[in-house]
Amino acid sequence: MSPPQPALLTVEHLTMRFGGLVAIDDVSFEAPRAKITAIIGPNGAGKTTVFNCLTGFYKPTAGRLALRHPQRGECLLERMEGHAIPATAGVARTFQNIRLFPGMSVLENLLIAQHNVLMRASGYTIGALLGLGRYAAAEQRAIKRARYWLDRVGLVDRADWNAGNLPYGDQRRLEIVRAMCIEPVLLCLDEPAAGLNPRESAELNALLSFIRDEHKVTLLLIEHDMSVVMEISDHVVVLDYGRKIADGTPDAIRNDPAVIRAYLGEPEEEARP
Amino acid sequence: MHANHARTPFDLGAALKDAGLVAGIVVLLTVALVGARVQDISSGPPVVFRFDDVIAAALLAFVGRFAIALLRGGRPRPVLIAALAFALGLSAILVHGVTSAGPGLTRLLPFASPVINWVIAIAAWILSARAAWLQWHATSTLDAEAREAREARMDRLGAMVQTWARFFGPLLLGVAVVLPFLPGIDRRLLDIAILVVTYIMLGWGLNIVVGLAGLLDLGYVAFYAVGAYSYALLALYFDLGFWTCLPFAGIMAAFAGILLGFPVLRLRGDYLAIVTLGFGEMIRIILLNWYTFTNGPDGLSGIPRPTLFGLPFTANPPEGQASFHSFFGLEYSPLDRIVFLYYVILGLALVTNLFTLRIRKLPVGRAWEALREDEIACRSLGVHPRNTKLTAFAIGAMFGGFGGSFFATRQGFVSPESFTFIESAMILAIVVLGGMGSQIGVVFAAILLIGLPEVFRELNQYRMLAFGLAMVAIMVWRPRGLLAHREPTVRLADHAPGAADAAPEMRT
Amino acid sequence: MGYFLQQLINGLALGMIYGLIAIGYTMVYGIVGMINFAHGEIFMIGAFISIITFLVLGLVGVGWVPLALLIVLVATMLLTSVYGWALERVAYRPLRGSPRLAALITAIGMSIFLQNYVQLLQGARNKPLQPVITGGARFLEGGDFTVTLSYLQMLIILVTIGLMVGFTMLINRTALGRAQRACQQDLGMAALVGIDVDRTISLTFVMGASLASVAGLMFLLNYGVIDFYIGFLAGVKAFTAAVLGGIGSVPGAMLGGLLIGLIEAFWSAYFTVEYKDVAAFAILVLVLIFRPTGLLGKPEVEKV
Repeated sequence: MSPPQPALLTVEHLTMRFGGLVAIDDVSFEAPRAKITAIIGPNGAGKTTVFNCLTGFYKPTAGRLALRHPQRGECLLERMEGHAIPATAGVARTFQNIRLFPGMSVLENLLIAQHNVLMRASGYTIGALLGLGRYAAAEQRAIKRARYWLDRVGLVDRADWNAGNLPYGDQRRLEIVRAMCIEPVLLCLDEPAAGLNPRESAELNALLSFIRDEHKVTLLLIEHDMSVVMEISDHVVVLDYGRKIADGTPDAIRNDPAVIRAYLGEPEEEARP
Repeated sequence: MHANHARTPFDLGAALKDAGLVAGIVVLLTVALVGARVQDISSGPPVVFRFDDVIAAALLAFVGRFAIALLRGGRPRPVLIAALAFALGLSAILVHGVTSAGPGLTRLLPFASPVINWVIAIAAWILSARAAWLQWHATSTLDAEAREAREARMDRLGAMVQTWARFFGPLLLGVAVVLPFLPGIDRRLLDIAILVVTYIMLGWGLNIVVGLAGLLDLGYVAFYAVGAYSYALLALYFDLGFWTCLPFAGIMAAFAGILLGFPVLRLRGDYLAIVTLGFGEMIRIILLNWYTFTNGPDGLSGIPRPTLFGLPFTANPPEGQASFHSFFGLEYSPLDRIVFLYYVILGLALVTNLFTLRIRKLPVGRAWEALREDEIACRSLGVHPRNTKLTAFAIGAMFGGFGGSFFATRQGFVSPESFTFIESAMILAIVVLGGMGSQIGVVFAAILLIGLPEVFRELNQYRMLAFGLAMVAIMVWRPRGLLAHREPTVRLADHAPGAADAAPEMRT
Repeated sequence: MGYFLQQLINGLALGMIYGLIAIGYTMVYGIVGMINFAHGEIFMIGAFISIITFLVLGLVGVGWVPLALLIVLVATMLLTSVYGWALERVAYRPLRGSPRLAALITAIGMSIFLQNYVQLLQGARNKPLQPVITGGARFLEGGDFTVTLSYLQMLIILVTIGLMVGFTMLINRTALGRAQRACQQDLGMAALVGIDVDRTISLTFVMGASLASVAGLMFLLNYGVIDFYIGFLAGVKAFTAAVLGGIGSVPGAMLGGLLIGLIEAFWSAYFTVEYKDVAAFAILVLVLIFRPTGLLGKPEVEKV
């Protein structure tokens, strides 16, 4: 099933070297609009490095990362600065080891995600310091949006807790809705199901499907939990040792011999040619 | 919780060995630096020995360490008796020594310096209190558990102080406002009050940088110096008054902050700290050596005093001009000017405080705190790290500049000597001790660290020693600061619910 | 030419002193990841213990210079390293695993404490010492400028080189050195494979302190006067040297120290003496901005 419109994100010939180490070697793939694309692969395959290139934490050695933003047109992510990627290209992400602002409240976490909107509304601080009225209304709107997302993940009652005091599963969910508060077009999730129990994992699937179907956000997902991958993803990209070894629907991937080899190891006689 | 009931085995031999080891280390530490003093006078022996102090220190270390081992081993009773007897005896001799000048009993004191003796007496009191606590309450001796309980206790205390601060703050402010007119306030105490409030203001200014934005600035005094010299030079070269120069001084300092911050704010925290330290020293060395402009080590004198809407506080104003006392038909009093200076700095400090309280609730203030918590997460949410840090740096510098020009006008004289690293360290100590980010904590810390040693002059030479120790102790004991407790800047509970049903229109 | 050569010699001797202090910074940073801000004060304490020992030896009547030097060297290395050990044990060990800034604030606190501790005990005035080693070898005597390589400078250079060689062997050949290198890679992993991390870190501080104490002794001999405040500037310059050489790298620290010493000597000789300290700070800022990994340091990849 080919997407009816051009993909939201096109990665072409992405390569990332650290000194002599090649972490990603000439990887190309597409993330179709409003679909969930999973990136899977064994440990050290370069999945997180792809995310770090997409979100501006690393400058790729070579390659083109083109995002077709519905309002702002084409953004070349490899040329943008780290903080500009979420702000202008609308790419949000979560982290493998959760990165909340642990000493700040849940609500404050969600307001920081709306920083740029609020900064403009506060007249870059000066207006709000002088007591101009526009800011109060903007803050109300931001809180409303935060409440909407907290309601989605059942955290309204804990909105004033310190984020660091939440249980682990709630922290994972909070990180995802915090990323949603920047109103992204592309959401990159780095192992969102890690450490979740089966019930939480099912809730996560529902949340991700909701984000895709109701908010029309494109998702890019690194995941080890195959049940999550097979259940919700529309498209799967498989990396191994920094190279792409397969790309297709979940069903096709499940039966791909190269993928099975990468995961289960090569048969004895082929291992030493 | 029951560790005390099941009497933990106590190994006397190990405890004695450990105490002996500690005493040995104390001997090695003190034998040269305490045991011998290099004499400054050229006649007589080049060194004098004070080995009795070394022996006293080693003995105290031995006994103290052994007492702690006893407490840890669940044997508080002997410690309680011994420590109490020692504390009582020592305090009695010390009090006796204060009241009667005779030598007699004072010869029994462990050290020559009364301050050190008092510190030891206090330590003995604390030890006996701890022993008494362990004797009557069964507390956990597990370190981790005790630490957690203590953290929770201190956090509650911090929260309580902040709740009180809501009532206590206005009261404190009230006292501050009427302070010059309270009975018993003389010129000396008023001078001390001005000094304390100056440091409170500087502490609040630095709190923006260190407490909120989490940027360790070891060169804050540089901005203080820029403010002071800006005012001094503007006043002397262009004959401008204090109130005209004040905003300029602030802007100059903020500009210096941006100039320094722009290249260095992308550095990691500890590198940034060292670079700011270097910057502070560079400013001082430049002020010291740029003789034609700053008059070098001699400093600039004759800096004009502030006026009240153009009314000077002088006994004999220039011909045809009114002064404060003549305008209001009052008797001339030299105290008037001091009172006025006090109100100027009080006003400046309050502006700093109100500004901080307000900006904390604005997006930029929240972004500062978020950057302190996790810079990488901030970048992933579209917060521009460097620009955001730069605003914190510049605003902190601006308040430092205001403080500096006040310093210049109060002294009437500035020289590079006033702007050493120690000054930066002192302001930092106030912020750290008070609890980073806590406004009321800064007030307490400034009163404690600046006010107390000024009132009790004997403590002055021990002040920096205590500063250093306190910084270490606080970081080891409670790294977030003594009264650190953070209230969220916004609460969902305060905002009317019902937004949940309005959700559909929110969709993007 | 003669003048240039003289500055080169002076700069090298000075640089050796900075290099010895810088090793302490770089080793601690490499293993614990903190800036031991109080290291400059350890250097100062080394200088003070040296002067006290010299004066006591003078009182006792040990007049033979090589013997006196040897005793002072041993005494200052031994006693100062106890300070290094105690510093880590009391102020830094409880904070292991806390944020970097907490450890840095503690280090600043310790630095202030040690400075004032020495000031209280020994007084604030300068402490002069009669020259112990005099004379030197003269070169280019016929030219416009006579170059002198004093015996003292020879001693400084020889002792430093000797210490460096011994120290490098210690790191590369012994079990302790291996443990140190393992801790530098990964503290947690080192502990898992059975390395006594506490002991290794303690010994690192002890070694850093004893090298700094030798630097203190050299400083005392070279300048003939010390006070309680010398640790601050020397510490900042040595830290600059460590950063310039690439923090974490021991040869880098030595190289950085030599460069800082040379820059300072030439700056004082050809530009203005007053601004020589500004030069050191400016180098620090420039290196950190443009090449934070220093000359020999490994690049640090940001972990996300």
